[in-house]
Amino acid sequence: MQFKFPLFPEQASTLAGQVDAFYLFLVLVTTFFSLLIALLILFFIIKYRRRPDREAEQIHGSTLLEIIWTVIPLGITLFIFVWGAVLYYKIQNPPVNALEIYGVGKQWMWKFQHPGGQREINTLHVPTGRPVKVTLISQDVIHDFFVPAFRVKQDVLPNRYVTSWFQATKPGAYHLFCSQYCGTNHSAMIGQIIAMTPEDYQEWLASGKAEGSLSSMGEKLFQEFGCTTCHRPDSGARGPNLQGLYGRPVRLSDNRIVIADDNYIRESILHPNAKVVQGFQPIMPTFEGVVSEDGLIQITEYIKHMGTQESEPINNRSTPTQLRDNEVPQIQQELQQGGQPAPSGKKP
Amino acid sequence: MSTATTAIKPIMPAKHFLNDNYGIRSWLLTKDHKRIAILYLVSITFFFFMGGLFAALIRLELLTPQGDLFTSDTYNKLFSMHGINMVFFFLVPSIPATLGNFVLPIMLGAKDLAFPKINLLSWYIYIFAAFFSLATMVSGGVDTGWTFYTPLSSGFLHTHVALMAVGVIFAGFSSIFTGLNFIVTVHRMRAPGMTWGRLPLFVWSNYATSLIMVLATPVLAITLILLALERTFHIGVFDPRYGGDPVLFQHMFWFYSHPAVYIMILPGMGVISELITCFSRKRVFGYSFVAFSSIAIAVFGFLVWAHHMFVAGISQYSAMVFSLLSMAVAIPSAVKVFNWTATMYKGSISLDTPMLYALGFIGLFTIGGLTGIMLAALGMDVHVHDTYFVIAHFHYVMVGGMVTAYLGGLHFWWPKITGRMYPEAPAKLAAIITFIGFNLTFFPQFVLGYLGMPRRYHAYPPEFQVLNVLSSAGASVLAIGFILPAIYFLWSLKYGAIAGDNPWQATGLEWQTTSPPPTHNFHEVPVVTTRPYNYGAQQEVTVVH
Repeated sequence: MQFKFPLFPEQASTLAGQVDAFYLFLVLVTTFFSLLIALLILFFIIKYRRRPDREAEQIHGSTLLEIIWTVIPLGITLFIFVWGAVLYYKIQNPPVNALEIYGVGKQWMWKFQHPGGQREINTLHVPTGRPVKVTLISQDVIHDFFVPAFRVKQDVLPNRYVTSWFQATKPGAYHLFCSQYCGTNHSAMIGQIIAMTPEDYQEWLASGKAEGSLSSMGEKLFQEFGCTTCHRPDSGARGPNLQGLYGRPVRLSDNRIVIADDNYIRESILHPNAKVVQGFQPIMPTFEGVVSEDGLIQITEYIKHMGTQESEPINNRSTPTQLRDNEVPQIQQELQQGGQPAPSGKKP
Repeated sequence: MSTATTAIKPIMPAKHFLNDNYGIRSWLLTKDHKRIAILYLVSITFFFFMGGLFAALIRLELLTPQGDLFTSDTYNKLFSMHGINMVFFFLVPSIPATLGNFVLPIMLGAKDLAFPKINLLSWYIYIFAAFFSLATMVSGGVDTGWTFYTPLSSGFLHTHVALMAVGVIFAGFSSIFTGLNFIVTVHRMRAPGMTWGRLPLFVWSNYATSLIMVLATPVLAITLILLALERTFHIGVFDPRYGGDPVLFQHMFWFYSHPAVYIMILPGMGVISELITCFSRKRVFGYSFVAFSSIAIAVFGFLVWAHHMFVAGISQYSAMVFSLLSMAVAIPSAVKVFNWTATMYKGSISLDTPMLYALGFIGLFTIGGLTGIMLAALGMDVHVHDTYFVIAHFHYVMVGGMVTAYLGGLHFWWPKITGRMYPEAPAKLAAIITFIGFNLTFFPQFVLGYLGMPRRYHAYPPEFQVLNVLSSAGASVLAIGFILPAIYFLWSLKYGAIAGDNPWQATGLEWQTTSPPPTHNFHEVPVVTTRPYNYGAQQEVTVVH
């Protein structure tokens, strides 16, 4: 039995210190009120213990006191709420310049893919000093990506991508736990995050046997599955042009507008008829059960890079497949403000 | 019994509900709420010890980091059945169906509950559900966890998930019936003079509980029926392979199961209000604040379910709304704690066993509640969600709170129920052992959780062992604290001192009738002329028999 036990897990990410500070504050509040109540009770049971020579004094009711002990806890909990919400916002939203890594959970292991095509199982190598965004999906049930030393946790769902991010601060090996119960070997679905200095990380990347970058593997799949037959950049194509698509708003046949993000692309491959782009027929077959989660990630990565690889202007932007270039900034702004963008045709 | 004001030796009434009738039929076909309460008491005690046995095996396995005592599948079944047993077959019915069933009509001055037959039916449904589930457990069990999360439960496990869902759905009907009965009884069966402002706080809290039982439980039934249908016929509701959404299940499950937490704690709070006033010989400090805080908790309880889902992939902004609303539940709970404490101020406090439990409750519930605020705080929850921190938190509320209140209430009303006193010395000892054992078991789990030990782990990294051994050691102490009362309560049935009508010199209609009460509770319909908890006023001792 190991007899040393700390009260805090190791602090190994930029967020860890902030979470611990919040935790300490909360422990302080909890201790203060628990002690206040305990000491008051202790004092009362000694001072006002039952004695034959004195009776209870019937003091009761004080609206002032009731207001005081309603308002003070209200103030404190509101303060806690705000602090917690601000911290949560930081934990939930990865910085834009983050290194992107993909992870797939399945009963009972983790698979990771680096953008350069390096793959790992139950181990994830990351550089220190740089934000890392892990895009996660499950192949079966709900799992959970939990790294105590980084103070991050995210349920990994089987039907859509979720993200988690961290910036490791010191090299070392840290526990990766699945913390959402996932069946028989739930407690064996553990792994390690290995944080390395950026130089060591580069060296590690170079030593890895990669068949090619994720995007190039995606391109291979794209051709293998015959996607290019319809998704062509010419105006006669039966499917929407995918170049420069990633991250842009797309108008659907029911006039809704969605952003073409990872989840949209994944859904469009697995359930092509769920969100059909305006001006196209729902003729695409489903690829559910055909493409693996790993493959989906690679194809998405390829589509992501399609726009950037193309140096010439994309020829059919003005066809109904996608929104016109001049519409995009306005719609993006509207989406940011949370409003439903009006269909472009009815714009004054 | 510390203030022995009456020199007359208490006597057992000649005729009461226990000796009114004999034979198995007189119990199994009874419509007397007091006998049904005893039927419930015996059955939930059985299931409490069953759940306890599962817990003991869990703690035994966790003594070592390797999963060496059971296979992973067996371990997963153990914690699932511990949870299902304790939540659905002990905690939810515990106080309402036993103490509430027994005392609530008497407190109101009523002869019985509004629907005595439905009350009996509710017990039969409970028994059917409980033994159905027990049979499911014996014949293979389930390994879903008590939360039944999809798509694991609906599409991946090979155990008796659908059967267990049926058991739990039936248990739900039993609590709907109890809730319905209480609501109608409180509205329609109050004795002359028993205005809403004079209702004992135990009645208020059971009333609030009943509202939740009636309004929330149907959602659990719907959710589990959908789960069973998806499992059996592959309709796509929760499983993405059939076009469902797994997070939808969590919304529906917690829409019941979070309010259910208040089903489990509110009646306990009601018991504490009775105990603190009685053993301080004082009126409760702020009657209406304590009464309405119960209703407030019941109402807010419906609006906070998604705080179980902060890392489940819900929108950040909805997480913020649910965090804010969860903070709101803390306020009425704090109001209660402050009012109980203030009630003791300048009282005349005696530390009989029920009071020891009540004081233990206030301490443990305060910690349970405050750690609940920590979990409702978004940035904090991300790290401790689904770890032992959560386990520790809800055991502080459910065991430190509810079980402690239940035991306190059982000691308090035991003389009323049986006509005999329990032995004071071992009872005090048991109360103290429970308190120590409880803290030793669950406090280390807060630390374990913050260190990052996830829930439902059969095996764990070796650095967590010391705290786990501490916790298991505490559990063995806690077990003694729970077994002791079972022994001396049974002993007292035959050898306990005759209690007399009002051994605690308490106010409340239940103390104005005999111990045990006659079958129809009162020989004459009582008339209420004073406010509740009228301690200190010259007590008119109305002798009714």
